[in-house]
Amino acid sequence: MALDDRARDNIRFIRETMERAGSFTAVSGWGGVAMGITALGAAMIASRQESTLAWLVTWLAEAAVAIGIALWTTYSKARSAGTALFTGPGRRFVYSFAPPLFVGVLLTILLVRISSIAEVAGVWLLLYGTAVVTGGAFSIRVVPLMGLCFMVLGAVALFCPSSWGNGFLAAGFGGLHLVFGGVIAGKYGG
Amino acid sequence: MAAKSSAFRAAREEKSKQGTAAVGPATAAAPNLDRLIHERTRLAIVSALAVNATLTFNELKQLLRVTDGNLSVHARKLEDSGYIACTKSFDGRVPKTEYRLTANGRRSLEKYLDHMEALIQATREG
Repeated sequence: MALDDRARDNIRFIRETMERAGSFTAVSGWGGVAMGITALGAAMIASRQESTLAWLVTWLAEAAVAIGIALWTTYSKARSAGTALFTGPGRRFVYSFAPPLFVGVLLTILLVRISSIAEVAGVWLLLYGTAVVTGGAFSIRVVPLMGLCFMVLGAVALFCPSSWGNGFLAAGFGGLHLVFGGVIAGKYGG
Repeated sequence: MAAKSSAFRAAREEKSKQGTAAVGPATAAAPNLDRLIHERTRLAIVSALAVNATLTFNELKQLLRVTDGNLSVHARKLEDSGYIACTKSFDGRVPKTEYRLTANGRRSLEKYLDHMEALIQATREG
């Protein structure tokens, strides 16, 4: 191999090591799987609710459970790897993840105020997807890809009958979390 | 990915601001190549620590897919040369070894990158 090829190879090696090392922690795949399972359960319970308000409350309860799962699994993954959660990649993830979620909360309140709760599915999927894309910009490639899938699903949901909302939420927060959580757990250390 | 490649770029740009002239085309045969960092496992350790404040022994082992013995030998060498610093502590009852890159180590990585770029540049011109 020529000298400059070897030099190029060395630079590539450094870059690849940095990429791998920089995305080592933060997102827990098993957390995603767990959130997927609880979301499917929530979808079943929510579909049996008579009023839209009870339906919304079911999903809000699921959101609280999911946040708990996410925090706990991320914390324990960071702990087992011996890294601090709120330094480096973890902190960048939280900082870019939070703003779209905050917008989601505000828009949910707006939809409740104008009595259009049924339209909430598309909004939630879109904004959660945005949060995952922006947060995942610093993480392993599969994370922003999951966010993108959420965004596509949310966009489709916006233009579908609002009665399909529950199905879209089940497909997104249930299905996508299960699939991508499984991939992350299998390939990126839990 | 953006953060990592920008860290990579920043490391290079910072160095090139200081003048890359030290490693001119004439030295393309690389007589003053930093052997300490040139070895693959050690280069990987330094690169991984360049984008993480600290990494534990086990993290590095998993990340670089090397054996305990291999990693400890190379980490020791880097530590002895002041490229990385090592702190030992206890996480409950489990001993924990944490590594971080020193200013000296970061400079050496930047120098090494410049050296590689100079080599590429030299063949392009020649």
